[in-house]
Amino acid sequence: MAITTAPTASTDRLTTIWETSPGLYGILASVDHKTIGKRYLVTAFVFFLLGGLEAAVMRWQLTRPDTHLLAPEVYNQLFTMHGVTMIFLFASPILSGFSNYLWPLMIGARDMAFPRVNALSYWTFLMSGIFLYSSVVIGQAPDGGWFAYVPMTEQAYSPGLNMDFYALGMIFLAISTTIGAINFVVTFFKLRAPGMSVNRVPIILWGTLSASIMIVFAAPALTASCILLYFDRRFGMHFFDAANGGHPLLWQHLFWMFGHPWVYIVVLPAIGLASDMIPTFARRPLAGYTFVALSTITTAILGFGVWVHHMFATGLPQLATTFFSAASMMITIPSGVAILAWIATLWYGRPVLKTPLLFMAGFIVLFVIGGLNGVMTAPVPFDWQLTDSYFIVAHIHYVLVGINVFPVFGAFYYWLPKMTGHMLSERLGRWVFALMFVGGNLAFFPMHIAGMLGMPRRIYTYQAGLGWDTVNLITTVGAYVFAVGVGLFLVDFFRSLRHGPLAGNNPWDGSTLEWSVSSPPPSYNFAVLPTVRSRYPLWEDRLGEAPRGGGAAVPVLDDGRETFGTSALDSDPEEVLRMPDDSLWPVLVSLALLILFYGLLLSLWWMAIVGVTGVMVLMVGWFWPSRIPTRETALSPREP
Amino acid sequence: MSTDVRNPYYDGYVGVAQIRSFQIRPTKYVSAIYIPIAPQHVGRAASVGALLLPLIAAACAGAPAIFGTHGLAADRIALLGWVCTIISCVVLGIITILVVVALVRRRPARASSADDRIEHSGHAIRWIVIGGIIVPGVTLVVTFLVTLVIQAEVANPPQRPVATIEVTGHRWWWEVKYLGVGPSGSVVTANEIHVPVGQPVRFELVSADVIHSFWVPQLAGKTDVIPGLRNTMWMQADQPGVYWGECAEYCGLQHTHMNFVVVAESPAAFQSWMAQQRQPAARPIDAADADGLDVFRRSGCGTCHAIQGTQAQGRIGPDLTHVASRSRIGAGTLPNTPGNLAGWIANAQALKPGSGMPTMTLSARDLRTLLAYLETLK
Repeated sequence: MAITTAPTASTDRLTTIWETSPGLYGILASVDHKTIGKRYLVTAFVFFLLGGLEAAVMRWQLTRPDTHLLAPEVYNQLFTMHGVTMIFLFASPILSGFSNYLWPLMIGARDMAFPRVNALSYWTFLMSGIFLYSSVVIGQAPDGGWFAYVPMTEQAYSPGLNMDFYALGMIFLAISTTIGAINFVVTFFKLRAPGMSVNRVPIILWGTLSASIMIVFAAPALTASCILLYFDRRFGMHFFDAANGGHPLLWQHLFWMFGHPWVYIVVLPAIGLASDMIPTFARRPLAGYTFVALSTITTAILGFGVWVHHMFATGLPQLATTFFSAASMMITIPSGVAILAWIATLWYGRPVLKTPLLFMAGFIVLFVIGGLNGVMTAPVPFDWQLTDSYFIVAHIHYVLVGINVFPVFGAFYYWLPKMTGHMLSERLGRWVFALMFVGGNLAFFPMHIAGMLGMPRRIYTYQAGLGWDTVNLITTVGAYVFAVGVGLFLVDFFRSLRHGPLAGNNPWDGSTLEWSVSSPPPSYNFAVLPTVRSRYPLWEDRLGEAPRGGGAAVPVLDDGRETFGTSALDSDPEEVLRMPDDSLWPVLVSLALLILFYGLLLSLWWMAIVGVTGVMVLMVGWFWPSRIPTRETALSPREP
Repeated sequence: MSTDVRNPYYDGYVGVAQIRSFQIRPTKYVSAIYIPIAPQHVGRAASVGALLLPLIAAACAGAPAIFGTHGLAADRIALLGWVCTIISCVVLGIITILVVVALVRRRPARASSADDRIEHSGHAIRWIVIGGIIVPGVTLVVTFLVTLVIQAEVANPPQRPVATIEVTGHRWWWEVKYLGVGPSGSVVTANEIHVPVGQPVRFELVSADVIHSFWVPQLAGKTDVIPGLRNTMWMQADQPGVYWGECAEYCGLQHTHMNFVVVAESPAAFQSWMAQQRQPAARPIDAADADGLDVFRRSGCGTCHAIQGTQAQGRIGPDLTHVASRSRIGAGTLPNTPGNLAGWIANAQALKPGSGMPTMTLSARDLRTLLAYLETLK
């Protein structure tokens, strides 16, 4: 075993040190990565349900031709909020939830590198979600589509507050995403357990690391474009105004420089989740670990070179579009590598057909469809036909449902027992999978055909006689079947909390460190921080491999909130890091940000100044030197 | 529309007043979009489609399908589309089979049930290198070469375009201007584009407000219409017919109702249509028509609409000089029947909420005379 069962640590003492305070203070001040992770999961799932509700209403309208249940302005707000919700408030935060919860447990640490920043990231996400959804309450939700093309979203054509909510909400949310990403990057390189060199981390770490690095470089493009949009709208500037020297395509370039990487940001961690679940159920180590890890990095790099494929019909020079066409085809190679790695893992393993594996099998098939219908839009002339048609709607849904929602639901069945301590039902789980898989394909596959039949996206109704009736009817039926699956999952979840069998430490006989602790894990994660000697710490005895290196006994860290800081590549222990206590600063800072953004929204400049001042004062308080001395412990000298 | 009846693709009928209270002279209308279901009209590509995906053929007849093409550029793109679609279906089939077989195939039994060894078995790397890198790499290179060939083919028309048409995207209708013809240098119409069959025409696309996208799925791919840019494209219809066109880029409230039709007709029919469009509006031939023009003037219609040969020279809404010759109103929203036109004038906001056309409060008599006059504008 890799877990050094070392001097019995006083778990009572550790609990006193790490447990979040009870009561309201604890709720607001907690910096425990497990609490924050669960909050991310619950909040993102609530947004998933809201986005689903919006979709259900839209599908009702589109069931039959010439339906006018919804006024066009309502429909336009619905599809915009559906996109914004699913892409920004669900797909990415739900993965942050899993990563936040799982990372420290998987890498043998007691928390993330910056627990308070982690809390700030969550609170800011919540506040920006509230900010965006407050637009719905006053009936002025964003209505320019999730990519908000100018000049339609400029003041002249969109005089309400709708697009101000969008521009400011995106900037607000980007704060949360960016600081969360930085936290992941630092945690990856500094907090891994002694001996967990970079070639031994679970793939979810590679996926989230790649996504986080992408966020750090991509999010500024979104922030910049939304600031320019806000300036245009509020102060009459002309960044995107062709009549005054601006250019509408500037928005498209900036947005897609962010937007295309974002698609990979919301799928790479999910690919990681899948890569860590599949070996457990295949009863075999992941085939081609290095290939899969590198494929996430390759995707992250290539992902920055394909944005123009959203703009093939804008009249750009043919040579330029050809370059991006080639890049868009090339980026499928790393995905192909990952897919073949999973299939080989299953092929040579001894698969155990539990619910998470069903979701993984469904995920592989949907991933392939979402990849193929994406690469079909890469040839420039064919894209001239497909772009902005329902085919693209099919594509984005196969990507987001296939490569995000399916791994996420598989991960629910796999990791929720770790979080709640109770197993979900296998029987209901199979039904959930069947309903979601059949319903999803029934809903989204006909959209390809609708697009090929010439149906443009974002229309609130369509005329009879254009041949689009049948496909739309099927899509609506499929969407509701899918919704029943999601509903059944909720039933299963709440049932499991009371009646689910106890999970025990390792219900799936998984190989990674989170399965070595109790379910749910103690507040300090590990009484004695583990030392890692291979990629599959809990399978070492059965793999018949001689563990390589590592394994030195480590001190028990129970002198305050402490965890190891290790070297970036080899994970040699270098120092003991002093971790911060619970704190109200994060929630207060995010509240001040909320005040700032409402001030900017309503042009109440005094309010904006209160918000800015609040943020500055609170930051000073936050960073005021602590009276508790930082313990700088030099550990065993680095091995040569 | 002209009175040319040689074109068999007009599903035309003599639109004697559908609403009896209106005294309307017989007029010929296009009642619906041409539905290319007769076998001889279905493109080669579409017959392949019927074989592969019966769903398309069975349920979706009449659609402006990108595989039911009738134009040079769209034909070539459909070929590329079939290459992509077939490759994709084959890949999907192979992967699905592999996943299913990997899950259910029989494994040699283990000596004892207590044997829970975990092994790095098999030639996994071989799978990844061959199936994940080499095969997709070669397939993609081939696809890319096909793409380059077809992109070069459709970049330019096979011969000099016979007409240049400037299309202006407005929220939410299309202004169509034939450049270099007519007494004033151009012929202006709206939401209906006539082209000669078998000859390329050139389009110059400009926007009056926001970004739109100009798309006739059966004839060519789409091109965005962007303020500050003058994008160009070409199109050639190879079969006479009426082809559905649409705005493909979300452009606000009534993006849904921003459609148009392309009427492809024989060069002779096209020329006669053009000759007719070059004429100013029909002069009122009797007192009733003169009354109608007077209602038009009094109601302020001329602020937005132009009727050549009268004082109405508004440029905000569609040119109405030959409005009765067009097949649809409200940018494809409704067939251009007298009843629909009356409804449109009286309450466009109910039919196309948010449209630039205001609700006109007219007496029944005024509406009747106005309508009767507009119906003379062929």
